Amino acid sequence: MPKFYSGAEIVFKCLEDQNVSHIFGYPGGAVLPIYDELKNFNSIKHILVRHEQGAGHAAEGYARSTGKPGVLLVTSGPGATNAVTALTDAYMDSVPLVCITGQVPTHLIGTDAFQECDTTGITRPCTKHNWLVKDVNDLAEIMHKAFEVATTGRPGPVLVDIPKDIQFQKSKYKNFKNNKKLNGKSHDNYSQKNIDELINLISKAKKPIFYTGGGVINSGTKASELLRELVYTTGFPITSTLQGLGCFPADDNQFLGMLGMHGTYEANNAMYSCDLMINVGARFDDRITGKIDEFSPKSKKVHIDIDPSSINKNVKVDLAIVGDIKSVLTTTLKTFKKSKKNFYKSNKSQISNWWEQIQKWRSKRSLDYIGSEETIKPQYAIERLYELTKDKDTYITTEVGQHQMWAAQHYKFNKPNRWMTSGGLGTMGYGLPAAVGVQIAHPKKLVIDIAGEASVLMTMQEMSTAVQYNLPIKIFILNNEYMGMVRQWQELLHDKNYSESYTAALPDFVKMAEAYGCVGIRAKTPEELDDKIIEMLNTDRPVIFDCLVDKQENCFPMIPSGKPHNQMLLGPKDQKEKKITGKGRTLV
Amino acid sequence: MASSKSAYSFAGKKQKPDTHIIVVWVDNEAGVLARVVGLFSGRGYNIESLAVAEVDQKQNISRITIVTTGTPQVVDQIKLQLKKLVPVHKVADFKREDKNVIFKEMALFKFVANNGKLNKAFEACKNFNPVILDKTNKSNVIQITALRREIDIMSKNLKKFGLVSVSRTGAVAMTRGSEIFK
Repeated sequence: MPKFYSGAEIVFKCLEDQNVSHIFGYPGGAVLPIYDELKNFNSIKHILVRHEQGAGHAAEGYARSTGKPGVLLVTSGPGATNAVTALTDAYMDSVPLVCITGQVPTHLIGTDAFQECDTTGITRPCTKHNWLVKDVNDLAEIMHKAFEVATTGRPGPVLVDIPKDIQFQKSKYKNFKNNKKLNGKSHDNYSQKNIDELINLISKAKKPIFYTGGGVINSGTKASELLRELVYTTGFPITSTLQGLGCFPADDNQFLGMLGMHGTYEANNAMYSCDLMINVGARFDDRITGKIDEFSPKSKKVHIDIDPSSINKNVKVDLAIVGDIKSVLTTTLKTFKKSKKNFYKSNKSQISNWWEQIQKWRSKRSLDYIGSEETIKPQYAIERLYELTKDKDTYITTEVGQHQMWAAQHYKFNKPNRWMTSGGLGTMGYGLPAAVGVQIAHPKKLVIDIAGEASVLMTMQEMSTAVQYNLPIKIFILNNEYMGMVRQWQELLHDKNYSESYTAALPDFVKMAEAYGCVGIRAKTPEELDDKIIEMLNTDRPVIFDCLVDKQENCFPMIPSGKPHNQMLLGPKDQKEKKITGKGRTLV
Repeated sequence: MASSKSAYSFAGKKQKPDTHIIVVWVDNEAGVLARVVGLFSGRGYNIESLAVAEVDQKQNISRITIVTTGTPQVVDQIKLQLKKLVPVHKVADFKREDKNVIFKEMALFKFVANNGKLNKAFEACKNFNPVILDKTNKSNVIQITALRREIDIMSKNLKKFGLVSVSRTGAVAMTRGSEIFK
């Protein structure tokens, strides 16, 4: 006789079969049967967060840093709605998440029962797919399909809503088979002809550039290796989006830095003036393109992406290659080596003028700032943090705002999966719970959340999670007492009317750290900064580092809106010559 | 008040919009229509009409026919986004002008009038396969099948014959000849 399992048991059997080792969650009435079963499955460890949004971001941090799907388990109603921000964040940044929610018993659905909400209705636009399980016999198949949808193609979040009565009902459990196709949806949809065309464009280009994004990271570490090989074989310059940082070593001479609104002068100018743009796993986001009509006007554009709907969505391209980056780059390199053995030598002279031009842009040193001996400049703080941690295999998460951009500009990433940040949705409060998830996945590694004091207060309660599980995460707060990016826009665009952007009544972060049972450190002057950072690094417990920085500092360079890439605002040195007036004051 | 210096990005050059008929084959499961329609409203696409029903009971397939207007770029996005939905099997797209495709809508007209007018009303519908579905001595219900704009014109012109109520379906579409869309 086959054995019968309860719905709750089936949930865990599925998680076991999917090799899930950690789930992030918060119990509540409608998921209690599942929580009751937790004790019987030793291979799965539950991490109790302090807010469901934190569970979602922690699962995102876990997924981004490992390449495996993150799993969260929350209750019905408020549990589900609290997770919506994290699901949307994961949807925008293509992070594989499986969210399991409890639901009121099936006979109560639609009666406005206690803690009932239309979870599948609410999360439909922010998941790749979601399911309301109405029959316990479908549960196992749905669970496995959920993992498949989340992790295949362009990854993203999925949600399985399980009513409480289904969690109690019994059914057989069949072991899952891993070879079912999703309505015949295939992901590699390119031909050798496409690759030949790409190689033809590469060999003709005089002013080429690689523009790479988060797709490279999502395609796995092998994809980053292949990308490096291709970039070195061609000798072409490369720039990266915010999400792509780390797939190419940032300290390499061929790397031009990040592009886009706060990208470097050389990266943006190279994008504007190039004759061949090879987009590898990026999506022509508006923070990258600026004014679409004048975006890189003279270039042939190639777009390699796994998601067919990304092609021609914002920018029309000349050659589209739909496929997994790893597979496309493998084929490209293979063909390349066969047909153009001596490419590197013959190509050097062809693009030497281009490199000369790039060096000229580089000499503008667009990330420079005016240093100070009295106050800590935020850029300086990031630089020092980088210098003191670069020999360790460090994982960085961030919140959203000026500190995030400074981190992206001044912290140099050399490996993929080391940089977790909310790019698409721009979720303040992402970094701290994400750091929790990263530390869970990499217990021995150094995990730092580069934060702003406003963002970090949005999910501060997760410090309690870090303390509970002895996660020695480091919260490095660049404290300027303002919502810095809001203040910057108000300064540049709203006549310095700092409407509601000053964070009055801030807590004392050192005392707060102590209240949570972790360690608080404060740095006030550039002189003491290094010592304090070293003190933080030597502390094997969670630390909140309150770094008091210059309150007026702005994040440059910056592309004002309605402006193409070649018209950037540079830092304060340059600004004295070029005052921002008229149209230049408008931002995207 | 001084004009604000803050602004959003400006829309780029616009292409010319066209009317398209999008046909979507989907698994007939709970919420599938909401997924399709939600995709349209969520991304700011237009729905002029919508017709949906199960067409294959064995395989549980429904066929959704959506009339939409959009620039070529938008129509491309609609198709690609639809194809990403898990319950969607295939998506076809026809231009309204396409001669190889038949488009039909059905309308029900209710007339309340004297016999003379009722007869004239039926006469006026003659080109559109009229069928009298119900008749009393002072009213009738006529079914016609026609193109959208023909029904638009009819519902205007028939007012004088006592048209009091109109009910109509969305357009459905089928290719001509022996070809089927794969």
